[in-house]
Amino acid sequence: MTELKESMKIAGARLKKRHAAETRFKALGIGALAFAFLCVATLFTSIISNGYTGFLQSYVEIDINFDESVIDPDGNRAIETLKDADYAKLVKESLRETFPEVTGRRDKRTLYGLISSNAAYTLRDMVLNDPSLIGQKKSVWVMASDEVDMLLKDVFDRKEAEDTRPISDKEIAWVEKFEKAGKVETRFNTNFFVAGDSREPEQAGIRGALVGSALTMLVTLVLSFPAGVMAAIYLEEFAPKNKFTYLVEVNINNLAAVPSIVFGLLGLAIFLNMFGMPRSAPIAGGFVLALMTLPTIIIASRAALKSIPPSIKEAAIGVGASKMQAVFHHQLPLALPGILTGTIIGMAQALGETAPLLMIGMVAFIADVPSTPFNPATVLPVQVYLWADSPERAFVEKTSAAIMVLLGFLITMNALAVMLRKKLERRW
Amino acid sequence: MSIKKTLVVAAFASVVAAGAAEARDQIRIVGSSTVYPFATSVAETFGKTTNFKTPVIESTGSGGGFKLFCAGVGEEHPDITNASRAIKKSEEERCAKNGVEKITEVKVGYDGIVLANSKKGKHIDITRKQIFLALAKDVPNAEGKLVPNPNQKWSDIDPSLPDVKIEVLGPPPTSGTRDAFAELGLEGGCKKYDFIKAIKKTDKKKYKAICHSIREDGAYIDAGENDNLIIQKLNANPDAFGVFGFSFLDQNSDVVQGSKIDGKAPMFEAIADGSYPLSRPLFFYVKNAHIGQVPGMLEYLAEFTNDKAWGDEGYLTDKGLIPMPKDERAKYHAAVKALGAGS
Repeated sequence: MTELKESMKIAGARLKKRHAAETRFKALGIGALAFAFLCVATLFTSIISNGYTGFLQSYVEIDINFDESVIDPDGNRAIETLKDADYAKLVKESLRETFPEVTGRRDKRTLYGLISSNAAYTLRDMVLNDPSLIGQKKSVWVMASDEVDMLLKDVFDRKEAEDTRPISDKEIAWVEKFEKAGKVETRFNTNFFVAGDSREPEQAGIRGALVGSALTMLVTLVLSFPAGVMAAIYLEEFAPKNKFTYLVEVNINNLAAVPSIVFGLLGLAIFLNMFGMPRSAPIAGGFVLALMTLPTIIIASRAALKSIPPSIKEAAIGVGASKMQAVFHHQLPLALPGILTGTIIGMAQALGETAPLLMIGMVAFIADVPSTPFNPATVLPVQVYLWADSPERAFVEKTSAAIMVLLGFLITMNALAVMLRKKLERRW
Repeated sequence: MSIKKTLVVAAFASVVAAGAAEARDQIRIVGSSTVYPFATSVAETFGKTTNFKTPVIESTGSGGGFKLFCAGVGEEHPDITNASRAIKKSEEERCAKNGVEKITEVKVGYDGIVLANSKKGKHIDITRKQIFLALAKDVPNAEGKLVPNPNQKWSDIDPSLPDVKIEVLGPPPTSGTRDAFAELGLEGGCKKYDFIKAIKKTDKKKYKAICHSIREDGAYIDAGENDNLIIQKLNANPDAFGVFGFSFLDQNSDVVQGSKIDGKAPMFEAIADGSYPLSRPLFFYVKNAHIGQVPGMLEYLAEFTNDKAWGDEGYLTDKGLIPMPKDERAKYHAAVKALGAGS
């Protein structure tokens, strides 16, 4: 009796110890998850709180006199004259009329600085659309400059002493006059999605980089997906297992770990210098990134093919299918979800790369939005990098806004893959 | 599968077509990251106000720019390179070797280098000699012998300076800003010692090694090429100082303050008239052979050398460029104009 009691006691103690170990492990797991979650949450809150204002833009309403003597002195409404007219002068005249008390040259210059240089182009487009505006007076909403924008978004603190704030008391007084008259408005920044890069933060847009990224990814996908899957099928199902294929295999695994800048150097030497591809173009970027993604796709595809039970292939061969039929009709469709996951991982990696693109000239100021893979273009992460490096304060929010667009692009890409996978997934 | 195949074939075919592409219709510019903000501003205005395409500008650093620029003549090579220093003799030779024989130098304006700290810290007034004593690798001791820099605190150099550890964040060795800081700041203080100045006459290399070597014991910290990062770090650590270009001080005047050097504060006027000691000229170089070959070259040069851009009240001054005196501007403007007449 006592012996039994004794052994139960020992067993109970051991059980307790085992349960404690399990609880500890669970707690650690939850701790790890919580830590990861905290990191992601901090990242997102900092990006979003910094960047959401990037999607907003301040506008100011000014009264413009579309003076014929400035826009079209000859009066014949020739398109060329209308295009080249000095519309900035109209903006300046309007500001001088609103603030007649401003006289000194310096002060006047500061005053003109309230309105973005984009205003002149807004007026030009208005006149080109509707030449009958000439000679009329009209109030027009135009973009505020980045400094005014920062003030209105409370990035610059009005209460701080004048010498410690980047905007002067005078400018604040002018802006407040507009505010009192209800002539200031914050709107959704559509320009951010329509325009290409600019040196003026308020005019800078993400369109060029977004299109550049899309074109580059398209080239990458078109090149690396078929080639990668074909290589995987051949290596996994058809290739003889000898020293040569073993060597190929080792090399592919090694390639997956090569630093991306090396692919950039390779791209410069081969695609640009040997094949004469255009510098800074998505076609060259796509080729370089395709090289980088290929090993990832091959490795993932081979793993997916390997995970299909051999009984399926054997059954197909058993009823008389050729090896190729067995692979393409039965194995490949079942392995496709895994292959797609691998492809998406590879593409997501390629989407975030800047280092290999540096060598082929895609890290550059490019204002025009590209329309084909042969135009100069940059990509989203490069745009983030370029803006983060700019001295103007207003680029801080633009940087975060661009990161959000990049994340959005990534989530869309992943969502597409998950949807495809769900559709293609089959259970057995 | 067949759609994919056609796509692949199409992609390859178009690549082959691109290989035989016709002449480039867009200006390509490379070079210094310091001139980059100014060149991009001009390029953007040029693109918006003319019918030419906006030039593509890569920020490769002055050295990297010359390397690409001097690689040869032809559409695959850049037309213009920006530089935050004058071209070196070795680079000129490299250019000549590759057939780039005629190049035109255009000075753009000036840039100031500032030593700044957080507004939360103490504003200091420092001399170039003190900068040398704080940051050089070897400094003279009381007997006039060179010893590894013993100064740990600013107050070790001069009691009027703050009693905090010397901690300066600055650009890495590849940067033109760092070269200029060493040349103007450290050497400026270094040559105040007569015995070091005497070395210059006998052994130029040794003189340069003494005056340009920045200490490596942790007092000077490489903070990378991103000046915004330096400003963030200064804001977090009020005891640290940073070295960067004037435009970043100008844009962040609510967060950081520029130290007075030799009694001169880093202000626009002081840099323009040259009384602020740490100011350097900025340049760009044009490949003459490309003028007339690449459309828009002359118009771009005209836009850059216009008083509307680089003048006293031009839009480049808003970006932090310190303009040249009027007659110097006129000289370069005329030189650029002459390029058009020659072709």
